[in-house]
Amino acid sequence: MSNVHRDDIGSKLGMWLFIFTEILLFGGLFITYAVYRYLHPEAFHLASQELDVPIGTINTIILLISSATIAMSITAIQQKKKKLTLWLIASTIVLAAIFLINKYFEWGAKFEHGIFPGSEYLDSLGYGDVLFFGLYFFMTGLHAFHIIIGMAVLGFMFYYVKIDRLTFDNFQLLENGGLYWHLVDLIWIFLFPLFYLIA
Amino acid sequence: MSENKQHDAQKSYLEETGGRKGIFKWILSTDHKRIGLLYLYSIMSWFFIGVTLGVLMKLELIAPGITIMGAQSYNATFTVHGVIMIFLIVIPGLPAVFGNFMLPIQIGAKDVAFPKLNLLSWYIYIAGSILVVSSLFAGGGPPDTGWTFYAPYSFKTGTNMLPAVLGAFVLGFSSILTGLNFLVTIHRLRAPGMTWLKMPVFPWTLYGTAWIQLLATPIVGITLLMVIGERIFNIGFFDPAKGGDPILYQHLFWIYSHPAVYIMILPAMGAISEIIPTFARKTIFGYRAIIVSTLAIAFVGYFVWGHHMFTSGMSGTALFTFSILTFIVAIPSAIKVFNWVSTMHQGSISADVPFLWAASFIFVFMIGGLTGLILGALAVNVHVHDTAFVVGHFHFIVFGGTGFAFFGALHYWFPKIYGRMYDRAWAKTGWIIFFIGFITLYGPMFYLGIRGMPRRYFDYLPDYHGPNIISSLGALVMVTGFVIIVINLFKSARSGEKAEMNPWGGTNLEWRIPSPPPLENFDEIPTIDKATYKYD
Ligand SMILES: [Cu+2]
Repeated sequence: MSNVHRDDIGSKLGMWLFIFTEILLFGGLFITYAVYRYLHPEAFHLASQELDVPIGTINTIILLISSATIAMSITAIQQKKKKLTLWLIASTIVLAAIFLINKYFEWGAKFEHGIFPGSEYLDSLGYGDVLFFGLYFFMTGLHAFHIIIGMAVLGFMFYYVKIDRLTFDNFQLLENGGLYWHLVDLIWIFLFPLFYLIA
Repeated sequence: MSENKQHDAQKSYLEETGGRKGIFKWILSTDHKRIGLLYLYSIMSWFFIGVTLGVLMKLELIAPGITIMGAQSYNATFTVHGVIMIFLIVIPGLPAVFGNFMLPIQIGAKDVAFPKLNLLSWYIYIAGSILVVSSLFAGGGPPDTGWTFYAPYSFKTGTNMLPAVLGAFVLGFSSILTGLNFLVTIHRLRAPGMTWLKMPVFPWTLYGTAWIQLLATPIVGITLLMVIGERIFNIGFFDPAKGGDPILYQHLFWIYSHPAVYIMILPAMGAISEIIPTFARKTIFGYRAIIVSTLAIAFVGYFVWGHHMFTSGMSGTALFTFSILTFIVAIPSAIKVFNWVSTMHQGSISADVPFLWAASFIFVFMIGGLTGLILGALAVNVHVHDTAFVVGHFHFIVFGGTGFAFFGALHYWFPKIYGRMYDRAWAKTGWIIFFIGFITLYGPMFYLGIRGMPRRYFDYLPDYHGPNIISSLGALVMVTGFVIIVINLFKSARSGEKAEMNPWGGTNLEWRIPSPPPLENFDEIPTIDKATYKYD
């Protein structure tokens, strides 16, 4: 029944559709961002200068590299290089962890300055700041949550490659996992300039 | 089992247990037919709760002042009634039950594209449902915002909003996964020869629905997530005290929730398009027009959400645009009505039970649709906004439309699903009582609304008493009809007389396999060589 029939194209199509829904999920937040940025351009400009651009840049580079490693793992598995595949998936997961650690310190620094949703200090800064940082924490938080899901997915891929459930002629699942990881990466590529760079 | 091997091939999906026992042959099976029935039973169970709450509201409104409950209980009752009926019943409704059961069969496939994901969607549905229903009992009292969860009240009120909002979010996820599954199924698993334009209308409407599920649901998902963020972290997205904009919430909410109406009604139209040709013994009239109008509804339906907010505050240009688009989206629906009526024209109609449901569907759907145009007109809308008129319109479309089509589909495919026929005399009795009750219940609301009775109040001025009595009595009549229908179907599923392969003389693939179907539907994947709905 369920396992007899294998349809790689169908499976990839399903993954693309799912990615579409994820983009729309963030789309709702991008709309909210656009509306509030339009209403409070000054405050958004000033608040964005409070963010740590070097850490943001480093995290962007980390994610870009991780996208490259996961893409390479898909090539590696097709060339029957199991060890290399495992190594590349593992490095992707490690890079994701480094991203989260950076994020932890970045958020921590903001918390120390009393900037977090609902804090009295933030509320005293005015509407624009409340909304900017509300969006910042909500969107980067939701993105971090996707990173964690992605790490779990890639963890399964690592295990499946290890037990040879994924092989050179049956690697669609790894490709789907890779697609998901690229999505996580892509969302960050939008978040980074919107919060850190646009002035 | 004493059957020999040859018989084994013909074992029905109900006998094929996969070695599992009791409830496990249901909740662990990835067979699309069993999953369809899982949805049917769960939806029906929630429907009993929803109906009970609805009846309580009608009892409260049978006389002015406090009859059986006060303001807070009434607010909670209409909220939970709405949340259950919308998110637990009509949105999954036809796609999850009949889509699951019939889609693979109608396109000549053995199952959906992702059977395990399909079962997972059901589990997610159940998790979300339990969250929603738990809001009735846990902690600070049932939610009291209305099913729309309007901000900022939805994060200021002390009632159990969290389980309700989280439940709606989880249910959305289930809906997305079902839509995704159906899209891939339709793209990848059509039998050889079943080109797009040979596909029956029901799968076509599921296709349009699936796109809406996929493209609209994430927006309400993120919106509900933001409300959860507001409640837990006090962020301020929709809180005017912090610079947030409650109108933005309304926009985000209706960007999903208007297209959601088409998630409810498109598959209903699909089911009606199956029933009418079968009982008129005629090829469906204007097959292509029906397909095109399905896709047109799915597309234009995205751009009309503002008609829910005519009195909320929008620019004149926006008002005008949303109003005219609302009128435009009515055109494809009207095309379908013309197609159904033309299909019946000069057919040899047998007015059997499914046909009665389909015909009454067209009747109530037209009333619902035309009153929708009244609401879509700007000037009139200001007058009837948030009155009983809206409640009447909405129930004529959603209950009259989706509900009637659901019962029609149930009576149409029942012999296929269970391999047994129901008692037709009782089914007709149930239908006529239900139909009369329905009109009596919701009809007076139009009058009350025009006269200015606001919705969502437990109380009203004595002037409105008469029509409210009629409406409440109608509710009791309708429930009587409903009970007759359910008991008849329930008894017949166990002990009705055996049904043949094709009791109605339908032309599509589901009528060419045994009733109930074997586990894998087809011994051999069929090849399709002629157009759908062809009568010789
Ligand atoms: Cu609408």
